[in-house]
Amino acid sequence: MSTFSQSAATAFDLVVSNDPVLWAIVARSLAVSASACLIACALGLLMGAWLGVARFVARAAVLAVLNALLAIPSVVVGLIVYLLLSRSGPLGFLGWLFSFKAMVLAQCVLVLPVVTALTRQSVEDAERAHGEQLRSLGAGTWLRAVLLAWDERYALLTVLLAAFGRAVSEVGAVMIVGGNIDGFTRVMTTAIALETSKGDLALAMALGLVLLAVVLLLNAAIALLRGWRERSEGAPAAGLLA
Amino acid sequence: MTNALFELSAVGVRFGALAALSDLSLRINAGERVALVGSNGSGKSTLLRLLHGLQPPTAGRLRAAAASRQAMLFQRPFMLRASARANVALGLWLAGVSWGLACRQAMQGLARVGLAEVGERSARTLSGGQQQRLALARAWVLAPEVMLLDEPTASLDPHAKREVEALMADFGAGDDGRPMTMIFASHNLGQVKRLASRVLYLERGRLLADLPVQDFFNAQRLQATAPAAHLFVKGELV
Repeated sequence: MSTFSQSAATAFDLVVSNDPVLWAIVARSLAVSASACLIACALGLLMGAWLGVARFVARAAVLAVLNALLAIPSVVVGLIVYLLLSRSGPLGFLGWLFSFKAMVLAQCVLVLPVVTALTRQSVEDAERAHGEQLRSLGAGTWLRAVLLAWDERYALLTVLLAAFGRAVSEVGAVMIVGGNIDGFTRVMTTAIALETSKGDLALAMALGLVLLAVVLLLNAAIALLRGWRERSEGAPAAGLLA
Repeated sequence: MTNALFELSAVGVRFGALAALSDLSLRINAGERVALVGSNGSGKSTLLRLLHGLQPPTAGRLRAAAASRQAMLFQRPFMLRASARANVALGLWLAGVSWGLACRQAMQGLARVGLAEVGERSARTLSGGQQQRLALARAWVLAPEVMLLDEPTASLDPHAKREVEALMADFGAGDDGRPMTMIFASHNLGQVKRLASRVLYLERGRLLADLPVQDFFNAQRLQATAPAAHLFVKGELV
């Protein structure tokens, strides 16, 4: 217990004293995860919205694969991206292995199924409830997908949160493709794993505290935003019976 | 088919084992105000969706006048999380009107249904009756020749019901003196009597009565021509 309290005290000191090593790792970690989420969301929101509305022959099979990808372990993603980016791999010519870009790519692959699957569910529910009315106004598949995704935008904020949470907290993929190189590809999770194994619990705990604070702040901000918008825009209709 | 907007010959619609509509043959002419009457599951909504092109027939033949502009209203209109004006403009924009022009025309539509003052308010914060009037405005701006309405007042309180019904009567009469064809499903026989010129009575997907409104509400004549519809009306009116 004393180790815990000493580590916690030292960690707190590191945070409040603006330790440059600590904040460099935090900044890199946030930059990697934010970039990955941005790319994954750009693709996943569109793909998910389309899948929520479109009906085609192999749809059930596509959804089964998509749902299976939700549970893919991050180390497996890391391994696949490693093989793709390694010198003899199909993307080896890019020279991205053990770089910031490789970590972004790995996290992007990791969160893309999350964004796509959750968006698909949200839009499909909306399509079931309102799709026919949009069809009666003349909206085709893509327009319905975009309109319903836009209409569900506050629900989709939760999707973005889930994606960022998955990206920022994973360790396996970035460890494999980034290599945890000090000052270059070391991020919060890989640093926590390394410092814990070295016995430097103070830095590990300081990073853990920052990671927790980031996720909490993000959650709180999105909950506030959703609540405010729902109150101002989405009050249930009065005058409707039952 | 001089004046006919829709002509159905032995049309059927099946959902798996369920026959939602069977062997339906009828003709609807321009300017008619047709009420679809029948208990739940009788096929009223399916017929409206069929006429609007949302549901293809699984049997028979449906011929619709190619040039007829249609708009459909649902029991609970879907409003996007946007202003009332944007929701009306959306219908026009989807019909190919530029967004700027659509927004200007939307204001005319809102004024037409008495909602001009709430144009900038979020559509979802409006009352149920206002949302249904908004849906009427969204339909009206499209200048439809045919308006299909699926129990548009079923979930409204009496005051909102009167407002929507008044607008339906107004639209049915036609702004330019040319009556709009109106086909609506309703459980409210009083409303049918006030608004319709012709009544179709459906039971389990079959058309059992197709009568002018005065004949439908003439008990003796209805009993003689369509006993099942007579029983339904009696049950509804008791």
